[in-house]
Formats: sequence, structure tokens, C-alpha cells
Amino acid sequence: MKLTLTEEQEMLKKTARDFLVDKCSKKFVKQMEESETGYSRELWQEMAELGWMGLAFPGKYGGGDMSFLDLAVLLEEMGRACLPGPFFSAVVLAGLSILDIGSEEQKQEYLPKLIRGEKILTLALTEPGYHNYDASSVIVEATRNDGNYIIKGTKLFVPDVHIADYLLCVARTKPKNGITIFLADAKNPRIKYTVLKTIAGDKLCEVVFDQMPVPKANILGRLNQGWSAVQKIIQRAAVGKCCEMVGNIQRVLEMTVDYAKERKQFDRPIGSFQVIQHYCADMATDVDSARFSTYQAAWMLSEGLPCTKEVAIAKAWIGEASQRVFALAHQIHGAIGVTVEHDLHYYTRRAKAAELAFGDANFYREIVAREMGL
Amino acid sequence: MDFSFTEEQNKFRQELRNFLEEEIKKGYWEPTCDAWVQGFDPGFTKRVAQRGWIGLTWPKEYGGQGRSHIDRLILTEEMLRYGAPAACHWFGDRQVGGAILSFGSEELKKEFLPRIIKGEAYFGLGMSEPGTGSDLASLQTRAVEDGDYYVINGQKTWTSCASFSQYFDVYVRTDPEAPRHRGISEFIIDAQSPGVSRIPMIDITGTEAWNDVFFDNVRVHKKYLVGEKNRGFYQVLHQLDYERSGMERLMGNYPLFEAIIQFAKENKLSQEPAIRNKLAQLQIEFEVGRLLIYRVALVMEEGRAPNWESAMSKAYSTEFEKHLAGVAMEVLGSYGQLMVGSKLVPLRGMALHSYLGSKGYSLQAGTTEILKNILAARRLGLPSS
Ligand SMILES: Cc1cc2nc3c(=O)[nH]c(=O)nc-3n(C[C@H](O)[C@H](O)[C@H](O)COP(=O)(O)OP(=O)(O)OC[C@H]3O[C@@H](n4cnc5c(N)ncnc54)[C@H](O)[C@@H]3O)c2cc1C
Repeated sequence: MKLTLTEEQEMLKKTARDFLVDKCSKKFVKQMEESETGYSRELWQEMAELGWMGLAFPGKYGGGDMSFLDLAVLLEEMGRACLPGPFFSAVVLAGLSILDIGSEEQKQEYLPKLIRGEKILTLALTEPGYHNYDASSVIVEATRNDGNYIIKGTKLFVPDVHIADYLLCVARTKPKNGITIFLADAKNPRIKYTVLKTIAGDKLCEVVFDQMPVPKANILGRLNQGWSAVQKIIQRAAVGKCCEMVGNIQRVLEMTVDYAKERKQFDRPIGSFQVIQHYCADMATDVDSARFSTYQAAWMLSEGLPCTKEVAIAKAWIGEASQRVFALAHQIHGAIGVTVEHDLHYYTRRAKAAELAFGDANFYREIVAREMGL
Repeated sequence: MDFSFTEEQNKFRQELRNFLEEEIKKGYWEPTCDAWVQGFDPGFTKRVAQRGWIGLTWPKEYGGQGRSHIDRLILTEEMLRYGAPAACHWFGDRQVGGAILSFGSEELKKEFLPRIIKGEAYFGLGMSEPGTGSDLASLQTRAVEDGDYYVINGQKTWTSCASFSQYFDVYVRTDPEAPRHRGISEFIIDAQSPGVSRIPMIDITGTEAWNDVFFDNVRVHKKYLVGEKNRGFYQVLHQLDYERSGMERLMGNYPLFEAIIQFAKENKLSQEPAIRNKLAQLQIEFEVGRLLIYRVALVMEEGRAPNWESAMSKAYSTEFEKHLAGVAMEVLGSYGQLMVGSKLVPLRGMALHSYLGSKGYSLQAGTTEILKNILAARRLGLPSS
């Protein structure tokens, strides 16, 4: 057992932190939130040059041959910086899924372009309505037509479609037990999207597939057998979100403690008031426990071990722990923390979005219940 | 990072489980909550000792095994999982032996460590006094030098396991003139010494949990001074870090945890969304807490005393323990109020015992508030209040 990072991971972490402190100021984050694209092509290219997109991909596609655990470290730093843009969509949601289940041809076709920063990918999974992440909630249909497929229906909360070159679309190919993943051209004129206005200022879209044709060759993985691959995608995405959240709440803890040391009332730092101290202690406990449970899941995923329960524990825990952290962080910051002048709101808004993404605490508690045999 | 155990560690765990299951099968004892502090069974302690499982991490020269802190955590985790009656040796193994090892003279080490290891020396902890709880430096029990001896007068209270203790690890004032933190010393006192008397105290569960321990002109030879004279306060802080380092609070009522899950399954209560949700939440909290505690063992493995790390895990764990007991009572409904010995008592009364008993553990070994003070100061560097 070892709960610390390797030397290389520490280095990666430091490089990432320095780079993001430099390139991803809150002013930049704000600009990106307000911009139409939500990311900067220039920064994207620099990240590609640093090898970030390719970090967890094999060398033969131009990747860095590192592990998902290494990527977890990077994601944590991205969460810490509130990095805007499609990294998560392109790498965690789409790229690693292609690596997982794509044919060699598909990998050769898509991965090098992603890794070089030339193409952006995303995943269209969830749909309108209040479903959980289960197979029966996939209604978007792909029907056969002359050996090809026609996709029809609406996907919701799809990140970054507006800038994506390709998207993975999870569609129903059989009324019962038939889910298939398609790789589609995101610029196809039969895709209509609307960028939604969201709490985190990220670019989640409603996507309407209006009879979009997809060649049979673009099936990713197995026809009708796609759901187990989707589950793996959800699992990885959930852990990826946990990593971002760890970075987020770690930073918020630091900001809050610093503030408690600086801010004076009644002629003393507010951090000398015991109530404030105990709030901070509670925050630290939530942050540490979220960190360990997240990294446990990331490590297991990275090692290819079965980890349904551990992933569920990590996401359920951090969802609620982060809510507690933010309640206290805001209380300790006083009124300045609820203004847009202060940085805290960037974190607060993103934490809520991450909590909702890929299953909330209730969803994962149910999975834990099943794992317990209840 | 690596969240796995080595093959030897897994083997060790299995060996422990085999031993404990065999003990249960033979009917030597049955799993109980809080058995680590309330289960007095000299035979069990002897059998554990014969396997080399007391003083596991201590150096070989004193009869220890020189094993890792992770091994020891595995050992205690399994003892707690099975609710094994380990109270006779628990304090000696967990903290008094370590205190002697860290601060004691060679003579003390030779006298006590081998006997703790053999399961032949049981200890109680004499820290608290009627006027002294969280503010340990305020203690009043006095020791006055008299030739080769110290003469001790005063009273300790809340001394757990005192009826069974052969020795007390006692903190007393040796210099009333010095600033209060710098006038305290640590002694090992034979419980049979003339002038030592004990009065049992019953806790809210109806169990004899503590004694008041009185010292009336008790003569203790100087060689039983642990460490330096007047350094006792610093030594006790060190000892408390170890006292808080383990799984006791996360798993003190583990037999209840297993039993209530089983009960909910058998009675189809686990189909009720509200109950299902709560039991799953407990499982999540349990497994998260376990990681916080393994972190503590890893800190010790690096050769550091766990300070805020064990404050964090202990404060976390006592909340879990209370939460578990609360949920268990809720699941049992009206049956939860039935006491051991009553007709219809469910789960051998474990839920009720734990519900009442768990209220004490967020006080003992540093109240949750004191632990958060430690976290704020040591982990976060917040200014003193
Ligand atoms: C089950 C059990 C076993 C025990 N076993 C032993 C034993 O074997 N040996 C032994 O010596 N003692 C033992 N104790 C005693 C234990 O160490 C004390 O209960 C503990 O130190 C707290 O002291 P107190 O109970 O006097 O509470 P107090 O110190 O009077 O505290 C009362 C309340 O005030 C709060 N408080 C006190 N100071 C502060 C502060 N600075 N900031 C914020 N809040 C504060 C506390 O957190 C608590 O909520 C045991 C206690 C229990 C319950």
C-alpha cells in the first residue's frame, strides 16, 4: 500500500500546475465562459505539445504511454485551475473509449489526430428526461438502411459539440438489449445543436440528429453489444470527474484557510475563532477522504481491476463532500465569496456541475447497495 | 499509489481470520461490540501472544517481530472485525509498550516489553482526573521524591479496564512550581502497590467501563519513571497520537454493522428505499474511513508519529460509529429499545449497546473538538484562538 505519488507523477503535477497558473488565470476562465467556443485554440495546441492529450495513449498512436493514474494527476490539476475547454470530452470520454473498443483502423484514424491536437471529439450519451445512466434510457435510434445506419433523436447535455470534429453517439439498434456506439462526423449538416447556458459556464449542448446517416464501418465496438462498453465509459468518466473535483476542493480548502488567516475582525484573524477552525478542519477531512477514495478508484481502473463498488463510493462520497466543503467555504468567506470579484464562484459552480455529471450520490448509493447484496 | 496489499499481507490476514474463526467455532467467545476494550479474556490474550501477535512492530531484541505498521493494522482490523476479546493486552500493545519503547530506560524495556509480548502484563491509563479532562496539563495528582522513591497522592478517573489492570501508566505532577506543561512526569505503577484503591464506575450501557483510581501515599521506585522527569506532558501527547491511530472507532461496533445488514436482508427491509440508501451510505462512509486510517499506518511506517492524521481519522470514525448505531436503531424500530436479557431482544442487544456506548468514544482519547483544534493548528496552521 502506498498513498503517495511517484516522483514522475509529482513532476507531472508540478509542470501542470505551473503551466496552468501561467496560462489559465481566472480572467482567462471568465473569457472562455463568455466566449462562444469556450476554449482557446492556441492553448489547446500548447497542451497537445506538452503531450497532455496523448498522455495515457500508447506510443504507437503518438501517445505518452502513461497510465490512467497519471492522467488522474493531470485531471486533478485541471480541476484546480478550472481549465475550460474540451479536454475531458476529447480524451476521457471519446479518446480512451476508442482506445478501449475501437478497431485498429479506427484507432489509427482518430487517435493520432486527437493526440496532435488537430481534432476534437466528444460523446453523446444522455437524453432528455430524468433518467439515470442505464441502458433503457437510450432512446435515440439508429436504423439500418442499405447497409448503413440512420441516427434519429435528441441527445442532451452533450459537451462541446459546437467545436467537435467527431462524436461518439450511443444509440439503440434493437428495441431490447441492443445498444451500439457510432463514431460520427460532428460537422454533419444533419446534426443540429443548441449550446445551453449552464451553471459552470461550460458548453453543454442539446443535439438533434435529424436522420443522420452513418456508415456501418463507423460502428465502434460491437453491434448491439455496446452497453457494457458504455458502462465502462461512464465509470471512467465518473472517476475523471472525481479527479477534477479533488483538484477543485483542494484548492478551495487552501483558499479558505488562507483567507481565514488574513481576514481580521474584532482585531484578530477570523481563523483564530474556534468555530472557523473547526469548519476548516471539517473541510480538510472531506478533502482528504475524497482524495483517497478517488485515487483508489483511479488506481483500480488504471490497473484494470474490477471496481464497480470503489467507483461508486468515490463519486457518491465526493458529490456530497464537495457540497459540505462549499457550504463552509462560502460561510467562511463572508459576502466577498458570493461576488464575482472573488474566485470562489468559479469553483462553486463547477463543483455542482461535476456532481451532477455521470451519476450523483443517490445513483451511486444504489450501486453500492447492489454491491452489498441488498 | 498502490491500494493493494502484498501477498504476505493477504496471507497474514487470512491466517488471522482462520485463527479467529476457529476460536469462535470452538465456542471460546462470541463476537461482541467494543470487545477490544471490554472483552477481558486472559486465555485469548495468551493464545494471541503465542502467535507473536502482541508487540508485532517492536524490535526483535525485546521479543517483538519487527513487522510493519500495515501488518499491525491488518491484525487489529481483523480482531475488531471479529469482535475478539482483546482488552487484556490492547492498551499495552497499542500505546504503553510504545511509550516505554520510545522513552523508557533500558531497564524498563527489559522488564515490561517481553511480558507485554507474552500477554502477561495488562495496563490501564491514568490521565484524566475529576478536574482534568481535555486540559490534561491541569492535572493535580502529585509525586514527591523521597530517596529512591516517589510518593504519589491523588485520584485518577475514567480509567478504562482498571479492574483487570496489573499496572497503570500514570501522569502526575512532579514540579508544581514549573509552568504546568513542564512539571508532569509519567510513571508505571503496580496496581497492587499499597495505597492504590479502585472503585468501579458503570457506564450508560450498564457495563463496568472504568474505575476511579485512588493513590494514597503510594511509593514507586524511581526506576518506574518513564522517560525524563517533567517531560511527561510531551510524552503523553505522543502516546495519544498512537492511541488515536487505529481502527477501534471505525470498527468498534463492526459486529453490529454485519448483523444489521444481514437483518435488513432477511427481513426484506433492504428493499425499502430509505433503509437501502442509509445502509449503502454507511458502507461508503466505512470504506472511506478505512482509507483515512491506512494513511495513518503509512505515516507511522515512514517513522513519523501520526499527529493530525490520527486526529482526523479518529474524529471521522467516531461520527461513523454513531451514525451506524443510529441507523441500526432505526432499522430495528421499537425492538431496538430491548435490552440484553429481555425477551425478544434483537441482535443480542448490540444496536442498543452501540447506540449508547458510541456517545463516549467521541470524548475519550481527545474529544472531537480537541481533535479539530489539532487539525486546525497542525494541519492547517491556523492561528491559536
Ligand atoms: C469511554 C471512555 C473511556 C475513557 N477511558 C479513559 C482512560 O482509560 N484513562 C483516562 O485517563 N481517561 C479516560 N477517559 C476520559 C477521557 O479522556 C475524557 O473524557 C476526555 O479527555 C474529555 O474530558 P471530560 O470528559 O472531562 O470533558 P471536558 O474536557 O470537560 O469537555 C467537555 C466538553 O467541552 C469541550 N471542550 C473542552 N475543552 C475544549 C476546547 N479547548 N475547545 C473546545 N471544546 C472544548 C469538549 O470537547 C467537550 O465537548 C475515558 C472516557 C470515556 C468516555
